[in-house]
Amino acid sequence: MKTENPIAKLEYKVILDWIKRSSSVLDLGCGDGELISLLIQEKQVRAQGIEIDDQAIYECVARGLSVFQQDIDTGLTEYVDKSFDYVILNQTLQQVKKPDFVLKEALRVGKQTIVSFPNFVHYPARFQIFFRGKVPVTPSLPHEWYETPNLHFLGISDFIEYCNQRKITIKHSIFIRKNKRSWFFPNFFAEIGIFLISNEQDQRNRENAYAVNAK
Amino acid sequence: MRGQDGSVGTVETKYYTFDNSTKELTLESGEKFGPITLAYETYGKLNPQKSNSVLVLHALSGDAHTAGFHKGDKRLGWWDAMIGPEKALDTTKYFVICSNVLGGCKGSTGPSSINPKTGKPYGTDFPIVTIQDMVNAQRRLIDHLGIDELLTVVGGSMGGMQVLQWMVSYPDRIRSAIPIATTMKHSPQQIAFNEVGRQAIIADYNWNNGDYYWRSAPERGLAVARMVGHITYMSDVSMAEKFGRRRKNNGRLFKFGTDFEVEGYLRYRGDKFVKRFDANSYLYITKAIDYFNILNGKKLSEIFKGLKAKVLVLAFKSDWLYPTYQSREIVKACKLAGVDATYCEINSTYGHDAFLLEVKEETHLIKHFLRTVSNG
Repeated sequence: MKTENPIAKLEYKVILDWIKRSSSVLDLGCGDGELISLLIQEKQVRAQGIEIDDQAIYECVARGLSVFQQDIDTGLTEYVDKSFDYVILNQTLQQVKKPDFVLKEALRVGKQTIVSFPNFVHYPARFQIFFRGKVPVTPSLPHEWYETPNLHFLGISDFIEYCNQRKITIKHSIFIRKNKRSWFFPNFFAEIGIFLISNEQDQRNRENAYAVNAK
Repeated sequence: MRGQDGSVGTVETKYYTFDNSTKELTLESGEKFGPITLAYETYGKLNPQKSNSVLVLHALSGDAHTAGFHKGDKRLGWWDAMIGPEKALDTTKYFVICSNVLGGCKGSTGPSSINPKTGKPYGTDFPIVTIQDMVNAQRRLIDHLGIDELLTVVGGSMGGMQVLQWMVSYPDRIRSAIPIATTMKHSPQQIAFNEVGRQAIIADYNWNNGDYYWRSAPERGLAVARMVGHITYMSDVSMAEKFGRRRKNNGRLFKFGTDFEVEGYLRYRGDKFVKRFDANSYLYITKAIDYFNILNGKKLSEIFKGLKAKVLVLAFKSDWLYPTYQSREIVKACKLAGVDATYCEINSTYGHDAFLLEVKEETHLIKHFLRTVSNG
C-alpha cells in the first residue's frame, strides 16, 4: 500500500521521534515493513504489522517481522481497547474503503494514533486542477487517476476539521514539503501531514494544536 | 547420507518402542494402552546445544517418510520439496524429525498391528485415539531423542491440528509453531466428507467389522473414500486445469467406464491408495480428526494464553476444505492472547493440496520465519 517517494524518509524520522522506546506499536497497512523495521532497530519497540498485499507480506516476513495479512477495513475487533501504545496509519488512511471506521478503530485500540497522509490540496495540485484542468500528479501524489491506490482525497485542513468535529485530540502535527519541515500555510504548501492524535479529552493539548494555523 | 541437488539422499525409518518405565500411554479416554511403537525418520544433525530440532507432523494419509528415498525405492518422501540442504527446512542447519502417528499403518502402532494379548491384529479392538494422544506419543519420542525444546513444530491439515495441540499441551517445549491449512475444530461439512469416506469402507462387504487382515481387505470402500478425499483436496479451478472435460474413451458412447479423465485420475488415486493404506487406520484417524476441538470448552481468548512461542499461520485462498476463515480464527486466538504471530493467505489455485504444492511461497515464508526464530 506504500508509494515510493523521497519524502517518506523525513516522515519516518518524525514518527521515530514521537514513539517512546520499548513501546508497543501496531502498523496498519505496514507495506513492506520498512517503518516497523526502523522502529524495532532504533526504538526497540514490540511491533505488529497488518497488510493486505501478498508481496508486501513476503517482504515483511523476510525482514523478520510479525505481520497479519488482513483487510483493515474489517476492523480490529480482536484487540481490546488501548492494547497498543501506538497505532500507526502511515500513508494508509487515504487508501482504505472506510477511513472513518478505520480511524475510530485505531483510536480505540491505540493509546495514541499516528496518521500521515498526502495533502491533496497543496498548491501544485491546485494549480494542475485550476490551470490544466486535470487531476493532479505530483511527487507526493505520483499516480495517474486510473492506477492510484488512493480512494479518498483530503487536505490538512480537512483532517484538522474532522478531528475537531469528532473531539479527537491533536497532540502534535508536523508538515512536510520537499522532505523538509514546513510551517508556513501547510494546507497550501505542505505535501504531507503527520498527526499524533488520541481520543482523550485533553483540552490543553487541543488548544496547542489549534495554535497551529493550518489555514 | 547427503544426496545431490538439495536431497537428503537415502534414508531409513527407525523405530522407538516406549521403554519399560513408560511402556504404556494413558489415552485421552482414560484407557492405558501399550505397547506402543512409533516409526520415525530424521534428517540432518542435532547440534550440541540440541536447539535445532524441527518436528514435522503429517496429514491423514502421510507417514514418517517425509524426505529422501528408501534404499531400492525411488519414491520420495511426501514433503521432499521442503526438506533437504538449502530447502525450507534446511538439513544443513536443522535436525528434522517426523514420526508416523499413533493409529497409523506405516510402522507405528495402529489397528493393523498385532495385539500381543491375542496374537492377531487389533482391528476394531484398537482403542479410540485422539489428536492429543498422537501428540502425547510424539512427546515421548522427543524425550527419547533427548530434546527439551523444539525449534518448531510444523504441519498441514491434520498435521496442523497436531501443531495446535503442541501449542496447547506443551507450550514450554516449542520455540515456534507453523500450523498450515488447518482448523481448531472440524466444521459439519468437514465431518460430513469424512463420514462419506468411512461409510464407503464400512459398506464394503470385505470390511467385516474391521476383521479382514487374514483375507481380502475392503479395497473398493477404501478407494472410494480416497476418491472423495481427493475431490475435497483439489479446487474447481485446479480440476478444470488438470482435466477439463477431456475424455478417455475417444468419444464413444458411455458404458460406465472411465469416460472422463477426471474419473480415471480418481480411480487411479483410489487404487494406488489401497496398496499403501489400511482401511481401519483410515476410520480411526478420520474420527480423531473429526473429534479434534482444540478449544475443548475453553474460550478463544484463553486457548493460547501465556504462549511464548512465535507462530506462523499459513492458509491458501482456494482451499475450500479448510477455508481461510478457519485459519483466521487461529490468528484471532493468537491476537487475543497477545501471541507473537504472523498470518499469510497464500494465493493458490490448488485448493487444500496447496500445502504440498506451493513450495516456493512456503519455502520463502518458513525459511525466513525460522531464521527469525533461531536468531531471536
